[in-house]
Amino acid sequence: MEFLSNPIGVIRDWLAGLLSGFLPPDAVSLVLVILGALVVGALGLTTPLFLIWYERRLIGRMQDRVGPNRVGPEGLFQTVADALKLLSKEDITPIGADKIVYNLAPIMAVVSVLTMWAVIPLAVNIVGTDLNIGVLYIVSVGSLGTLAIMLGGWASNNKYALLGAFRTVAQLVCYEVPMILALIVPVLLASSVGVANPMSMQEVVAAQSGAWHEWFLFKAPIAFLIFFIASVAETGRAPFDLLEAESEIVAGFNIEYSGMKFGMFFVAEFLHAFTVGALVATLFLGGWSGPFVEQAPLLGVVYFILKAFAAYFLIILMRAALPRIRIDHMLDLNWKFLVPIMLAAIVAIAVTDKALPRATVGPLWNAVALFAANLVVAVIAVNWTSAAARQMRQADESRNPPGAAPAASADHGHDAPAPAASHAAH
Amino acid sequence: MIPLSWYLALSAALFSVGVYGVLARKNAVAILMSVELMLNAVNINLVAFWHYLTPTAVSGMAFALIVFAVAAAEAAVGLALIISIYRRRQTVVAEDVNLMKF
Amino acid sequence: MTGLQITFLVVAAAILASAVLVVTARNLVHAALWLIATLFGMAILFVLLQAGFLAAVQVVVYIGAIAILIIFAIMLTRRVMQDTGPQTNSQWWLGGLLAAALLAAIAYTLFRVDQQGAFPLANVPIPDSSLAELGKALVSPDFYMIPLVVIGVLLAVGMVGSIAIARDEREKE
Repeated sequence: MEFLSNPIGVIRDWLAGLLSGFLPPDAVSLVLVILGALVVGALGLTTPLFLIWYERRLIGRMQDRVGPNRVGPEGLFQTVADALKLLSKEDITPIGADKIVYNLAPIMAVVSVLTMWAVIPLAVNIVGTDLNIGVLYIVSVGSLGTLAIMLGGWASNNKYALLGAFRTVAQLVCYEVPMILALIVPVLLASSVGVANPMSMQEVVAAQSGAWHEWFLFKAPIAFLIFFIASVAETGRAPFDLLEAESEIVAGFNIEYSGMKFGMFFVAEFLHAFTVGALVATLFLGGWSGPFVEQAPLLGVVYFILKAFAAYFLIILMRAALPRIRIDHMLDLNWKFLVPIMLAAIVAIAVTDKALPRATVGPLWNAVALFAANLVVAVIAVNWTSAAARQMRQADESRNPPGAAPAASADHGHDAPAPAASHAAH
Repeated sequence: MIPLSWYLALSAALFSVGVYGVLARKNAVAILMSVELMLNAVNINLVAFWHYLTPTAVSGMAFALIVFAVAAAEAAVGLALIISIYRRRQTVVAEDVNLMKF
Repeated sequence: MTGLQITFLVVAAAILASAVLVVTARNLVHAALWLIATLFGMAILFVLLQAGFLAAVQVVVYIGAIAILIIFAIMLTRRVMQDTGPQTNSQWWLGGLLAAALLAAIAYTLFRVDQQGAFPLANVPIPDSSLAELGKALVSPDFYMIPLVVIGVLLAVGMVGSIAIARDEREKE
């Protein structure tokens, strides 16, 4: 029973007892830390074997295909076969490439995603390490992924790869801004619920474990949406796959990579997408919290995985349903839409939470007020942007009256529906 | 326990390396990188003094944060200047930008 | 020698070695990579100094933003992979002399001060709440509210200024 309620703790105590027979206490704790890191790392590295199959099957269904179904039951071992194929491929390093940087980049890409798992809590007592700056840690190791992609693109000594690297900077660095701003909201709300250390992931989850209306998804839907969009952009997948846009710049930053080095970028991308799902589950969907989780903490792992896969499903749906966004639209969406709305939402949430605190109006009404504040911000934002888009469309039409054949120099975005805050008039 | 003077010695050495870089490098971007080294050396000092001398006050950390912000602003403006100069004069060598030289 | 001291010495050696490579590397992108190594070592030092928050900020701000910006600028201002010729100016030895003199002066002062025991070490543990205290101090009018606002203005001015400076004149039409 003790094992079922706290498996990691029991194993750790057993190992510590075993090791302390012949090692000094410092060395024992060092060995335990290294073992823990190995377990988290191995778990993170093997998950993509399943994730890739899951995503390919799902995309197949969405596109009315079957998807991989030959190797193993329901094609479950397809990824293993693919990995073996990648391992047996020739490992090419281009002649003009910067060898060290070229080989370092895929490793960095995997490491940056893997290290995020160190702070993601799977259950109340299953977490790599509960840093008191967990949320900030996520951002900081995530920014190493940007570096990896950029260096991979530069070191390949290929113009398409370099173009991919430039796009990486434009996209990933920009989308970090709304992502960090959106991350402020869970920390803010957790601290207003009254946990001691609102930046730790474990306590963010604890702050949401009370009732269904404690989920930050309901208290801050705007922050949830913006975090979701910005994180998907950070993973560099469709519709934000400008860095490797196959039809534009061949394969972007990973054009020269072959064999397992390409495989590592591939694994990093899939794991990153799932990590985004896990982060969304932790920060906005209550992580491991759910019914009966106090009696059986291991149940938390099930809830967490269910929530993470629900969010991951949304990401896959986005990838299957949306076409690639144009590069100027991508920048406009970030700077003219997500960032201002997120700033307004932070102010609205902070003011509402201070005006109608939990202590006086009760948790439920506090949550309702926060939801209403979010709704107001959303309505204003949508109204404003649609008015701006209408104005731009009219300015566009007065220059190129409809019916007239579009001139060669006409705005090439004319036929594409402008996103919320459209590109500046040329 | 690590003696405070070790941190100070490291910081001094790092600052000197930065000084050498600023004085000796040709490329303006490299000069900017050396300036970042010097700012980092200062940060080590600030945080080390905070840790050893006034751990109950927060001034050391606050100063370090201010240095971070200033470094970010400096990098942004400095690199913008370098790119602007590169556009006009096709060079990033600091010696070649000598219009204001006496 | 405790484990902590050994860690410090290893990290310090790595920081200094990569810092020297930053100022001597011929290939600028390599210099920038060594700069990243230096900054990462600095983050480890912050962890050793029990300032984990600053370590995370160091990685976000320096590596995630400044270093990437620098690499971006290098890529924009250089033709790819062509860093030939000397990377130092004609008076590099003078700079080296000055730097060495500066190091000697600081080291001498440090040695003197250390011998006199002029550092009043507090010898109290860092309180667990120091991060919360920092947050409160940054927005408290008694402490750092005005500096914080000034920094905000500085960053805004820097952002607007760098956009205005780096903007291509021809794009304005």
